[in-house]
Amino acid sequence: MNVNFGELFALMFSAMLVYNFLLSRFLGMCSFFGVSQKIDTAVGMSIAVIFVMVISGISAWLLNLLLIAWNLEFLQILVFVLVIAALVQLIEIFVKKTNPVLYNALGIYLPLITTNCAVLGVVLLNLNQNYDLLQTIFNTVGSALGYALAIILFASIRERLSIDELPPVFDGMPAAFITAFILSMSFMAFTGMIKA
Amino acid sequence: MADNKISSWSALTAGWIRQNPTFVQVLGLCPVLAVSTSAENALGMGLATLGVLALSNLFISFVRNVIPNEVRIPVYISIIAGFVTMVNLLMHGYTYSLWLSLGIYIPLIVVNCIPLGRAEAFASKNTPWKSFLDGLGMGMGFLGAIMLIGITRELFDAGTIFGYRIWPAAYNVFVIALPPGAFLVIGLYMGLFKYIGRMRGQKRIQGSGESK
Repeated sequence: MNVNFGELFALMFSAMLVYNFLLSRFLGMCSFFGVSQKIDTAVGMSIAVIFVMVISGISAWLLNLLLIAWNLEFLQILVFVLVIAALVQLIEIFVKKTNPVLYNALGIYLPLITTNCAVLGVVLLNLNQNYDLLQTIFNTVGSALGYALAIILFASIRERLSIDELPPVFDGMPAAFITAFILSMSFMAFTGMIKA
Repeated sequence: MADNKISSWSALTAGWIRQNPTFVQVLGLCPVLAVSTSAENALGMGLATLGVLALSNLFISFVRNVIPNEVRIPVYISIIAGFVTMVNLLMHGYTYSLWLSLGIYIPLIVVNCIPLGRAEAFASKNTPWKSFLDGLGMGMGFLGAIMLIGITRELFDAGTIFGYRIWPAAYNVFVIALPPGAFLVIGLYMGLFKYIGRMRGQKRIQGSGESK
């Protein structure tokens, strides 16, 4: 098999920086604004998302072969959501047993990964683009790392901002959105990196 | 829970402004940010979400007493996924160009926080009729919010609303249609609503889902 690693890495970096999941595709917004007040929780959330994303990306690709073989493509949405939900349950049990502090810190957001659009989003994007298994893996890893990069950067800025005195009208959520605007602008500078 | 205390009217109107899913609860932002580049896309997305919300709330409320508590989330998600699949296939069949431009965001309604959030917070505790009204109201609130942002972005990006020209193309603001523009528009609207809320001396709109 002839594998072009240059292309695969280009795919990974474009998923991570150019088409960043949070800042340019707008997937996973609930967690982006919900758990980004502190760097610690943002890091925990990114680890959980990376884990769930990569595993569900690969298993969804394999499952899709079965669905196509049985002519059941119309069940795609249902099957993928249930696979992700089952994986999230597993991870929740695992984190609860091994790291109660992290479990408490993540609170409601760990079960909410089920409804994190980023996880289902990467699965659907992989299928829409007809990626093979290697491309799926590289694209998924790139997307997951991009998610982690963006949310951790955003959390660092918000942590710093929370000390500052803001105009009362913009305090809280509006300021978070304006911060995301500036962060997203800076990520647009990566657009030239990847040749179309 | 508080079944008798919530009137049908307040179940319907809660989502319009008081508990607007987008601006007050800050839920389900992905489609609001992603497909609000034009008023037409926003309308399509808003209506699709409204339909899914109302119907899934209705059905979840029907089966709320039958589902064991431990498996309720997977059951809710399956019900929602069923309706999303229907909407997806319907839009593919009848409004193909809209379906193309909305892309993966139609299947992604299933992981939008609003339907699951309403199922958990309202439909699992209330009668089918009230749950239906609640879903309808929340859907209308969502539709209003995404339309507001869609119209604003189309106006500033192309100088048009639903394709009708409002001002010449020379006055367009390039960045509004790009991804960062979505954050900017929502952030400014939130600030504006907070300002209006302060002016009117109301504390309602200020909570915006985040406690300081």
